[in-house]
Amino acid sequence: MTFQSPNLNRANHPIMSTATAATPSSSPTTTLRNAVIRLAGNSQDGIQSIGGFLARLAGRTAQEVMTYMTIPSTISGGPSIFQVHLGSGEVLHEGDEADVLVAFYKHSYESHISALRDGGICFYDTADMGPEDVKHERGIVHISVPFTSATVEAVGGSTRDRGKNMFVLGMVTAVFNLDKEKLVGIVSRQFGKKDESVLRNALLAFDAGFAYQVGDIEKFAFVPGEATSGHRISADGNQMLTMGLIAAGVRYGAAYPITPWSSILETLRVELPKYGGIYVQAEDELAAVSMTIGAAFAGHLAITGSSGPGLSLKMEALGYASMAELPLICVNVQRGGPSTGLPTSVEQSDLMQAIYGSHGDTPRIVVAPQDVEDCFYIALEACKLAKKYSCPVIILSDQALSSRIEAFEEPDLDKHWVEPELDLSTRPEGFKPYPLDSITRHAPPGSKMAGGKYPVSTGLEHDEMGHPSGSPKMHTLMTAKRRNKLVQLAKELPLPEIHGDQTGDVLVIGWGSTYGPIKESVDRLRLEGHKAGALHLRHLHPMPDGLDGLFKKFKHVVCVEMNDSGLYGYGQLATLLRASLADPRIKSVCKTDGLAFRIREIVTGVEKIMTA
Amino acid sequence: MSTAIAPASAAPLVDPNKLTKKALTADHPTWCPGCGDFAVLNIFYRVLEKLQYPHENIVCVAGIGCSSRFPYFMNTHGIHFIHGRALPLATGISLSRPDVHVFVFGGDGDGFSIGGNHLNHAARKNIKLTYVIMDNFVYGLTKKQTSPTSPIGFKSKTDPTGSIDRPINPMKQLLASGATFIARTHAAQVKHMEEVFTRAILHDGFSVVECLSECVMFYAGAFDDSWPKKGGTWETIDETQHDVTDDQAAFKLAENLAPGKFGVYYQVNRPTKNALEQKWIDDTRSKLGDVSQKDILKKRFEAMR
Repeated sequence: MTFQSPNLNRANHPIMSTATAATPSSSPTTTLRNAVIRLAGNSQDGIQSIGGFLARLAGRTAQEVMTYMTIPSTISGGPSIFQVHLGSGEVLHEGDEADVLVAFYKHSYESHISALRDGGICFYDTADMGPEDVKHERGIVHISVPFTSATVEAVGGSTRDRGKNMFVLGMVTAVFNLDKEKLVGIVSRQFGKKDESVLRNALLAFDAGFAYQVGDIEKFAFVPGEATSGHRISADGNQMLTMGLIAAGVRYGAAYPITPWSSILETLRVELPKYGGIYVQAEDELAAVSMTIGAAFAGHLAITGSSGPGLSLKMEALGYASMAELPLICVNVQRGGPSTGLPTSVEQSDLMQAIYGSHGDTPRIVVAPQDVEDCFYIALEACKLAKKYSCPVIILSDQALSSRIEAFEEPDLDKHWVEPELDLSTRPEGFKPYPLDSITRHAPPGSKMAGGKYPVSTGLEHDEMGHPSGSPKMHTLMTAKRRNKLVQLAKELPLPEIHGDQTGDVLVIGWGSTYGPIKESVDRLRLEGHKAGALHLRHLHPMPDGLDGLFKKFKHVVCVEMNDSGLYGYGQLATLLRASLADPRIKSVCKTDGLAFRIREIVTGVEKIMTA
Repeated sequence: MSTAIAPASAAPLVDPNKLTKKALTADHPTWCPGCGDFAVLNIFYRVLEKLQYPHENIVCVAGIGCSSRFPYFMNTHGIHFIHGRALPLATGISLSRPDVHVFVFGGDGDGFSIGGNHLNHAARKNIKLTYVIMDNFVYGLTKKQTSPTSPIGFKSKTDPTGSIDRPINPMKQLLASGATFIARTHAAQVKHMEEVFTRAILHDGFSVVECLSECVMFYAGAFDDSWPKKGGTWETIDETQHDVTDDQAAFKLAENLAPGKFGVYYQVNRPTKNALEQKWIDDTRSKLGDVSQKDILKKRFEAMR
């Protein structure tokens, strides 16, 4: 619940501020701090584009935004939604329920009216439904608007209903007093690349929507966001991961298309040539990881990626990279599994695969970004770690992060830019490719060996010179050498900060895209009188040393995860924490519906454990 | 940056004192006495001695199998990878390092079975590298199972009453794959091997050589029919009669490979993926003008404001 007005049901929320101000228009204007708008239609209606315009506008007006969309996993068409949570304060989640629903069809109305909060506003298109279809319930205000006929009237010609998304955007702009000038600028830049008539029609539809008299409801205006010193950008998680990889010096790699990973492959393929690099579309996942290991062996920082099913296929080669101690970045944009599962839904069920997948003991580093902005920084860190420890690093993103748009401060490239380097220096006499007393530093092809002995990178167990060795002692020593890199890293990692109470009733733990919802849930728990803290793990393997000390400060420890509670009642992170810390207080709140956590789901789940 | 590296020169550097067989020799091969692979290794040393590429720019790549132990026996940069994926790995090296010479060695299992699909794609993309398939018609490392080139009737541990599956015809397979240099040779014919390897290496594109190499342990006598010393007939391709750019003629030539003819079946010039990708890089960068890489990303962020 986020805004209120004299006409709508009031709900008391501490962050809400209400004031009625006189404006040039005759309707009263209510100021609000945030609002959740759900656009429901079919995937070909272009609702994703208007959602994207709103998100970008938020970025340009110092507001926070988080979007959420569903994409049908059909080839073309099918119902689709785009939800935008706009706010002047911190926006940590996509919104439990909508304040405004825009229904393009009767089926959209029927499927999504339950997502509208009590007293919310619903705009519906008169082309597909009438007043007789409206359910008068929960104080919802229904407003009929002829999106289709008004768009046809405005644009004319044979465009039919194309452009009604722009009509709706115009209408929403007027209702929420959004910055029309900036929005038109964003739209023009987007459509300006196309045919001139496309932009003209889009703006005609937009203006018609903006001018449409929606009837006797009050208008709203956001309180201004807090301006920051730097520029703000809006982007989705896959974009920011890609930009982070480029900034970190990645110039080579290969991948195979799979939802929701593909947009990273597409972007790297197009972007890397600008930086002198090559990204290859491989014939399959096995070739993709192998080509990437080839580029890594050749001395470059290289990246492959996929989603769960593709990661399964890459596992043998990832084991090779652990054995041969080659630096490698591998992204997994998780989706619902197993098998083809839920290709366009979110899940966090690949954590165990990321850590333990492959065969044999295969130490590798696993990290997870917490929000869209962090996708950039986690990529930078993953690349640093891969180089430092000369081993594979898996970045666990997920479908929710991949496609949702957030606005945040533009990364400072002068601070973070890493120039790619290829070290072809002559290696000194006595060079050991696999030294037992230090971390492996490969000599890539092109580097001269002063001692005359050239190295072979190998997947066979080997001695310090890389010669195949079946010696029991050597396998024990080399296994320890590979594992001890992670032991060392665990000591170096800083302990994560606890949000909220530093000691008390309950510590709520999460990883990945649940960062925002968990933080907001902990705020909610504290308002309800609990002493609660939130702890978010970005480093999942190894985890930082000393977590047990933090856990001891709380009566309850609850892991919130989007995966199955399994045979023994614990999610994947909870299982790992219980196994490593032997703390029986660690409990789980899990779910497997393929949707991001709502605040009330977390709050209810945590409270249930606290009162059990 | 790799873009600053000059492409590997097709013309070998002449410095005969530099790269010798001695400098190229590493561990003593673990192959069985009498294995055909010894001859392949020896001829490869000889060809490298002749070509005199800079020692540090030679890379030997292999997957899994007896012949795939090759990199351990070469004192060059090398990588012993996983079963069937030597070609994609080599693709990653070749595309990201235009300054190095990439040589891939493997057997019939690696090339035509577990890695079969990669062969098709590396070939059609015309990746700049040389691939030698040491074909012995049997799985040797795992001790006598049927291979994709085992003839019908071959008795193995997986086909004790004789193989029932039609074997792959390597020449037809390679012709269909889009490889731009395809040849066939025999480990017992060292002069022929030397000539074919040299031509393959000097070819600008994906060059592949099937080299019949006998497994004396598990398929002795497999290639006697093309070995005059053992009573067979040795017939080479007469290139005054066979147009190597004519794929239809090559297919005809490949119809019967028992024992069939030896030499270059097919050779054409088609732009390599290496060259096409570099062209894309050059075109893209010339459009961007004189901007630093950091500024390119900064501009990208500006567009996201």
